[in-house]
Amino acid sequence: MGSKVGAPEKLIVNGKRLDGRKANEMREMEIEVGVIPNADGSAIVTLGGTKVICSVYGPKEVLPRRNLDTEQAFLNCVYGMASFSTSERVRPGPNRRSTEISKVIADALAPAIFMERYAGMEITVIMEIINANAGTRTAAINAASVALADAGIEMRDLVCSIASGKADGTLMLDLFEPEDNFGEVDMPIAILPRTKEITLLQMDGILTKAESKKLIDMSIKACEEIYEIQKKALQKKYATETQQETE
Amino acid sequence: MAMLKPYMTELLAKGKREDGRKPFDYRDIKIETGIIARANGSARVLIGKTEVLVGVKLDVGVPFPDSPESGVLMVNAELLPLASPSFEFGPPSKDSIELSRVIDRGIRECHAIDLDKLCIKPKEKVWMVFIDIYPINDDGNLLDAGALGAIAALKTTLLPKYDEDEEKVLHKELTKTKLPVQKIPVLTTFGKLSGNLFVDATMREEKEVDARLSIATIEDGTASAMQKGGSGPLTAEEVIELTEKAVELGKKLRKLIPSK
Repeated sequence: MGSKVGAPEKLIVNGKRLDGRKANEMREMEIEVGVIPNADGSAIVTLGGTKVICSVYGPKEVLPRRNLDTEQAFLNCVYGMASFSTSERVRPGPNRRSTEISKVIADALAPAIFMERYAGMEITVIMEIINANAGTRTAAINAASVALADAGIEMRDLVCSIASGKADGTLMLDLFEPEDNFGEVDMPIAILPRTKEITLLQMDGILTKAESKKLIDMSIKACEEIYEIQKKALQKKYATETQQETE
Repeated sequence: MAMLKPYMTELLAKGKREDGRKPFDYRDIKIETGIIARANGSARVLIGKTEVLVGVKLDVGVPFPDSPESGVLMVNAELLPLASPSFEFGPPSKDSIELSRVIDRGIRECHAIDLDKLCIKPKEKVWMVFIDIYPINDDGNLLDAGALGAIAALKTTLLPKYDEDEEKVLHKELTKTKLPVQKIPVLTTFGKLSGNLFVDATMREEKEVDARLSIATIEDGTASAMQKGGSGPLTAEEVIELTEKAVELGKKLRKLIPSK
């Protein structure tokens, strides 16, 4: 630290983070399901200052045909950032970063889907970051997982995801922008909440074995909270629909 | 779908539409501004089920050689497959390029933004205004929704701080200086179906129309851009009639744009 331009002097002041949170505290998360009428499934996830919108189309015909897999679904995940979602405008369209993220998100979601039941078909998941303040890939996974459920895709479980890391020498949950930019470690994780199996794990920085364990435990606990928020968001949409049907 | 055209024609001949509107009624319009924290200006527009997000970002760059003391305006539309099963991944489609260019002309030609006030150092440094239009759900008439979003977002745009010593933009620090917006162009897009004229086509109507005409108008009742679309023709009388309609409807649309 200190070598980077614009870095705040400290990321922890009087035991609290710059936005007033405790180390193991997550930002407020809101989920709304069924926000895009054209899509088969959709959701918006807000995590503090990070906002992502996701739509799912499918199961449908695989196009182009070279992507066809006769054994299982072709899960086409595309993560992108709106040009106005960051401090400095980003050029629209895919880049190396977004391409890698799209890939790891597909790998994070696939274990939750009964992929073999959609052999020869495509499921398209499009995630667009509207406003970025760290944790965009994990917010995108949370959105994608409820949007898949909203689309009626058969799933073993939802997928819950959160990033944790280390800043100012302190292990902490759900980094926001200054911690992400100037902290030492960033570790996004996704899990299947019922079995606690990990479906996404990335890390950059230096961690001891003990620290890794602590961060994984902290993230799994947070994912259990996220699971509840996801279920409530789905129940909210479908409870309202059922109510309307019976009226 | 081929069955829809005779049905829509029959309705229009009686002055009706399949969603209960009259030919020159818009669907319900909702405009919100200041919805994207990272953008310098932003808006969300709903026209019926059509939803569009627009963000404005400012940066500093080199002016064009033919206008060395003027700021630069760029309009871009991203038709992400997020918004419709008929949009495809890949390079910008013809539709997205047309969409952004028609909206661009409506804003540029009436000098809605006073670009001459956006010069920092002639020939070297001027403000560049990027307007990015992202449809979230396409149920027809992205043109009018995008144009409304663009002008609503521009009206709320604040300049970021510019560090003259370091010669760079401090993107995270907004000033209280508003972008110099001096005209409010609005776009009204009409359809022609079996000789019948109407405004604000839904997706179902868009698929059946023979011709389309978009007209951008400003406060004084003049037009700042026009674009005909679709494979069918329009008569000169129709164009004049629709220009009058555009001015009339434009007044109503302009009132819906939030002042902040």
